[in-house]
Amino acid sequence: MSEAMHTTSAVSAAHGEHHDEHHGHHKETFITKYIFSQDHKTIAKQFLITGIVWAFIGGLFSVLFRLQLGYPDTKFPILETLFGHWAAGGQITPEFYYALVTMHGTVLVFFVLTAGLSGTFANLLIPLQIGARDMASPFLNMLSYWFFFGASIVMLSSLFIQTGPAAGGWTIYPPLSALGEASIGSKAGMDMWLIGMALFIVSSLLGGLNYISTILNMRTKGMSMTRLPLPIWAMFFTAVLGVLSFPVLLSGAILLLFDRNLGTSFFLSDIVVNGQVLPNEGGSAILFQHLFWFLGHPEVYIILLPAMGMVSEILSVNSRKPIFGYMAMLGSMFAICILAFLVWAHHMFVTGLNPFLGSVFVLLTLLIAVPSAIKVFNWLTTLWRGNIRFTPAALFSIGFVSLFISGGLTGIFLGNSTIDIHLHDTMFVVAHFHIVMGVASFFGMFAGVYHWYPKMFGRYLNNTLGYIHFWVTMIGAYLIFWPMHYEGLAGMPRRYLDKRGWVSFSQFGDLDKMITVVTVIVFAVQLLFIFNFFYSIFKGRKVTTQNPWGANTLEWTTPIRPGHGNWAGEIPEVHRWPYDYAKDGRDFIPQTEPVGANESAH
Amino acid sequence: MATTATAHQTKWWSGGKSPFNMEYGKLMMWYFLMSDAFTFGAFLISYGSIRFSQNFWADPNVVFNAFPGAGHANLPLAFVSVMTFILIISSVTMVLAVHAGHKGDKAGVTKWIAWTIVGGLAFLSCQAWEWHHLITGEHAVLVDGHVELIGQTMRANPWGKLVEGQAVVDALKNTSHDNLVSLVSMHDHTTSHDVLSAMSNDALINKLDVAELHIREKGPVAFGGYFYGITGFHGFHVFSGVVINIIMLIMTQKNVFEKKGHYLMIEKAGLYWHFVDLVWVFVFLCFYLI
Repeated sequence: MSEAMHTTSAVSAAHGEHHDEHHGHHKETFITKYIFSQDHKTIAKQFLITGIVWAFIGGLFSVLFRLQLGYPDTKFPILETLFGHWAAGGQITPEFYYALVTMHGTVLVFFVLTAGLSGTFANLLIPLQIGARDMASPFLNMLSYWFFFGASIVMLSSLFIQTGPAAGGWTIYPPLSALGEASIGSKAGMDMWLIGMALFIVSSLLGGLNYISTILNMRTKGMSMTRLPLPIWAMFFTAVLGVLSFPVLLSGAILLLFDRNLGTSFFLSDIVVNGQVLPNEGGSAILFQHLFWFLGHPEVYIILLPAMGMVSEILSVNSRKPIFGYMAMLGSMFAICILAFLVWAHHMFVTGLNPFLGSVFVLLTLLIAVPSAIKVFNWLTTLWRGNIRFTPAALFSIGFVSLFISGGLTGIFLGNSTIDIHLHDTMFVVAHFHIVMGVASFFGMFAGVYHWYPKMFGRYLNNTLGYIHFWVTMIGAYLIFWPMHYEGLAGMPRRYLDKRGWVSFSQFGDLDKMITVVTVIVFAVQLLFIFNFFYSIFKGRKVTTQNPWGANTLEWTTPIRPGHGNWAGEIPEVHRWPYDYAKDGRDFIPQTEPVGANESAH
Repeated sequence: MATTATAHQTKWWSGGKSPFNMEYGKLMMWYFLMSDAFTFGAFLISYGSIRFSQNFWADPNVVFNAFPGAGHANLPLAFVSVMTFILIISSVTMVLAVHAGHKGDKAGVTKWIAWTIVGGLAFLSCQAWEWHHLITGEHAVLVDGHVELIGQTMRANPWGKLVEGQAVVDALKNTSHDNLVSLVSMHDHTTSHDVLSAMSNDALINKLDVAELHIREKGPVAFGGYFYGITGFHGFHVFSGVVINIIMLIMTQKNVFEKKGHYLMIEKAGLYWHFVDLVWVFVFLCFYLI
């Protein structure tokens, strides 16, 4: 009894008042304010800027291997100048090529689109949009960033060691990844990959636990779960997915480390390397694929859901209309969340999986089309007859919907095991997941950056550069990935560094050149965005009004540059859902405004 | 509970309060335990999938039959029962610590947390003995037509199918002198090592009772990897739990909880400890009983 009362008082104390007391007389040094900060807004910026650095590195890798794919005959002496024996004679060596594709995937999937995306926006938006002073545990939140930083250091260091980084593909399938003698990309770089990822998983776990308990426990008065803005629901589901699926990758990584260093045989059996028979027996390489994809598939939704949530918010704000089908959005995100755990083996149709089991996974996979289609129709109907403001954020959101449709449709091809047997490990797969998960999530991230930049830095990003960024990236993304569908349908394999040996693929030579040229252009435009980002922090147009987009959500009730604790006075109370746009003749009605006497609550 | 009964009309989910009437740390602990359950689940399911894909698996009654100080007596699962009992008792003392915390009884918390630490350390010591015994204990195994003495390691398993009759006799003829000496000394504790070393191979073989030898083929290699991997990972959890409990003990001593007015931290440490205990039940089931 007394315990329960203690808890209640502890909860309410943790909720509001206690931050007020250390306002003012809490002296902050440069280190506590910018380095080891416990302010969720600063941590969000740390995640974002680290993510931008990683995106630059990962993007640059793709430019390098595209040079090889587009121009396999040409020598680029500058490559030898920069990378030495890795690009002897100005041509990318096979080892370098595999290292590049592996690290491109690892960096972008985990370090940019997981940590950089949900690390940034979950941290920024959760306390601001639910009406909390900070995360449930600001300290663990800070640790979450620094574990990510540690993971980044380990992964970055692996690029500079003698034998190079991991090079067995971002899925690090054993036996290749388990045996150092199999290739130089499976030596020390592979151990560093595993250690880096273990640190990354700790970071993601600390972050995820915080996001979940903050959303459940720290909502301001009146902020019921169904009054939460959609980005918050998306972050919630993302965190649950991460908390439940990353540990399985951790198990796989630990077993793989044992196989590599302690002579166990978890994933190894009956192996001959360079004519030498290895003593390992009894393990199963397929087992690793199960463990990997039990994370790997939820991972694509960990990447995609935050983008979906932010796009929903930005589309509603910028079409000046309520989001269409709020509850349907929730339901479909929930359905995606559940199905995410039940479809992993569709990555393994050609591993010798029992065809009957395969057919079950086909069915479950195709079911994901239902909630996905619901979301797409909801976005389109939100835009329909809206009073659309084409801000860069809105354009990127619309671009997201376009990419999600194009990339999602090819998912239906690949989800069918019969067609997948033909398309597996071809450029078709590359095209599919880059459009639906890579570029689409990047668009969601860009939309979020353009939309919430004023909240982050009190300044706007430059609009003209934003429009150039959008149109070139949008057109470029389709020019890069659309042709890959044709290559894949013709049977062109992915991950091959030189396809000149096949006469049947010679017809694609010019197409590959075109893709490479566009890649370089799109990469250059991303540099323009990075310039815009850093320039505008210091020189951007200043935000002069508290609510520049005319939005309903709580983050726009804070001061233009909110301090630690977000609201100067009391935390506002919430009286309505966040999507009352164009209601009763009013352009927008903030969540803090009580429902009027003659007004029907949503 | 009276407080929840009077508050049943409160809108728990409408914001401004915790919907579970629970402080965030406890909520985090529950989610962390769920996450950790997936880690162990992945390990145990991997283990099951490998074990049941093999034609033969070592019999736990044969593998785990030793007891400290009992020599070669065959006591299947006796020692692990003691270990399990210790861990379960340590969960009971943890419950008592949490209970004392509810009453704000500092002396009680101190006492029961201390006993829980003792229980955790005792379990870890038992595990250390068990591992040491398995790794260093030598067992006669038929390898390529001769007998070798090997322990239970990550690379080898000495508990394959029993070899009997003429195969044993033939194998002994091909076995090295040193291994024969060791084999004899395993069963004959009266003759000194020097005397045995001086004997010829045939004399040594004559001293052996073929029916008593229990020579086996090599067993499944995966046994060792999974056993040490999973019990080690669990042991690491117990170790972390002991460290957490020591921190709790120090904080109790320094009146940290007294000043806060509640012993919620003890409750969270308790959740973790019970979870580790629960995981052991599954590990015990999968490695020792099945």
